[in-house]
Amino acid sequence: MTQCLAEKKVLTKGNYAIAQAAILAGCECYFGYPITPQSEIGEFMSGKMQELNRAYVSAESELAAINMVIGACSTGAKAMTSSSSCAVSLMQEALSYATSDQLPVVLVSVMRGGPGLGNIYPSQGDYFQATKGGGNGDYKLIVLAPSTVQECADLTYKAFYLAHKYKNPTVLLADGLLGQMMEPVEFKDYTYPEIDNSSWALTGAKGRDGRVIRSYAPLAEDQCVFLEKLYQKYKTIEENETEWEEIGTEDADILFISFGSTSRNVKTAVKMCREKGIKAGMLRPITLYPFPNKRIKELSEKVKKVITVEVNMGQMINDVKLAVNGKVPVELINKPVGAPPAPEEILLKVEDLI
Amino acid sequence: MTTQVFKIPDSLRKDVKYSFCPGCDHGVAVRLVAEVLDELNLKEKAILAASIGCSVTIYDFLNVDSIESPHGRAMAEATGVKRARPDKFVFTYQGDGDFASIGLAESLHAALRGEKISAICINNTTYGMTGGQLGPTTLLGQVTTTSPTGRNLEYYGYPIKIAEHIALCEGTAFSARVSLDTVANIRKAKEAIKKAFEVQIKGLGFGFVEILSTCPTNWKMTPDQAHERVRNEMMKTFVPGIYKDITNNKQAVLV
Repeated sequence: MTQCLAEKKVLTKGNYAIAQAAILAGCECYFGYPITPQSEIGEFMSGKMQELNRAYVSAESELAAINMVIGACSTGAKAMTSSSSCAVSLMQEALSYATSDQLPVVLVSVMRGGPGLGNIYPSQGDYFQATKGGGNGDYKLIVLAPSTVQECADLTYKAFYLAHKYKNPTVLLADGLLGQMMEPVEFKDYTYPEIDNSSWALTGAKGRDGRVIRSYAPLAEDQCVFLEKLYQKYKTIEENETEWEEIGTEDADILFISFGSTSRNVKTAVKMCREKGIKAGMLRPITLYPFPNKRIKELSEKVKKVITVEVNMGQMINDVKLAVNGKVPVELINKPVGAPPAPEEILLKVEDLI
Repeated sequence: MTTQVFKIPDSLRKDVKYSFCPGCDHGVAVRLVAEVLDELNLKEKAILAASIGCSVTIYDFLNVDSIESPHGRAMAEATGVKRARPDKFVFTYQGDGDFASIGLAESLHAALRGEKISAICINNTTYGMTGGQLGPTTLLGQVTTTSPTGRNLEYYGYPIKIAEHIALCEGTAFSARVSLDTVANIRKAKEAIKKAFEVQIKGLGFGFVEILSTCPTNWKMTPDQAHERVRNEMMKTFVPGIYKDITNNKQAVLV
């Protein structure tokens, strides 16, 4: 794993790719607490960050870890933590604060089975947790969903960029499959522009009054003004940052919608469908928030059926249904937890559904 | 010719509406912190991690850069600030509920790691902002809105002696308990705050001061009666003193 720093192209696990990309993106501080299936991220960071004389803390809990990230981010630093499912649950209060504080927190969430302790199998059961949030109040997290180990690296870069550009917590939502799977990765140069934090970061009140990064708004009017402004920002994010991939959608009758590692099996299923004469296509949201609902709406005018494929009990399907708005039927092919449904399995179910 | 002998510290914001209850010791504690920031010339390099409770409004008074932390997490946020910017002076100002109940894990671990952070903890034996409920420092026998017949062992267990616990952490450089009930004790409190700040500046470790304070509103006492209570009741359980000072060869001992 440590070879990563020396070489540009390596065969490595998703977790190492994320950690290495964070280092290359200029992450100055890592704070974390172990949990399977993402512990390799903290292990990698513990060595590398010390070697590079950057900040690393083995936090006493995920509560502490995410709040350490907030503290570091309040100074304008690039900082991150990584965790999984039940432990990300512990971070929800802090994520709510960080949206209100408008801080560039980066959280890597490598999903495992749930609810509760669940298990360490791959899962997409935290789509709601990431996109709807478990914290209090009105807020959004930017959510990026990689589907390959290469994307684990690329979207880690992007997570740091978007978090700082919009001063909003950003989640890289991977799963146990991506975290543990080995694939070739090329570490590109980090070419996103560096964001100037000097207008808001805590640096010490030199030649100016003390800045306060706070969420406390005792007057209802103040909170109203703040939330209107916050949601203007989210509108900008929705207009500029929505990202997705499409295959075979030009003439598709059946539109699959799937994200993350699951979408890879769907891609194969699209091919198999086409070999059988079923005109299938796929849309893969890369940003889960902002969600590509406008594009899904456009496509729903042209297709006969929309099918979401997910490794959960059907979560993203709710957002898809809102986008489709009753134009065509929306069906679910799912597996509650574990490896994604195989392409053959998807094909069989499609034949049933049409 | 006149000489100015008393002034508003530079580290206090001007023209701020005073928001603490009449007779509450928070006002004195905040002023002492501001005076020490001035005297050690720290205002321009200080970053404060504020907390939740009556202490939250400290950023309305202190004219320093501040981040507001969720309840109990000030020490984690301070750790993040200090690790990201080791050249800054980083401190927290917390109540006993924030520091020693919901945030006890963060407090102890920051001390154990020897974080170069200074922490001020206001101990008034109750949750003040929410209306006087039982907290981690509520004395045995004390009546609160959630211990209507007084704190008993069967239902509530013992109050925590914070300064002693922090002193036992090996990363702690200074730990003391002070009070604000007399002018002499206010002077001692200021010296302790200064010491807790200096150990950070010298890079020696974690600096901690527990300040015995009044809550006349929830105690339903006059300010004078409240200070009487600090002397006659609180100090019996929470004995003032320096529990650890590695600059003075004073080590904490298990008793």
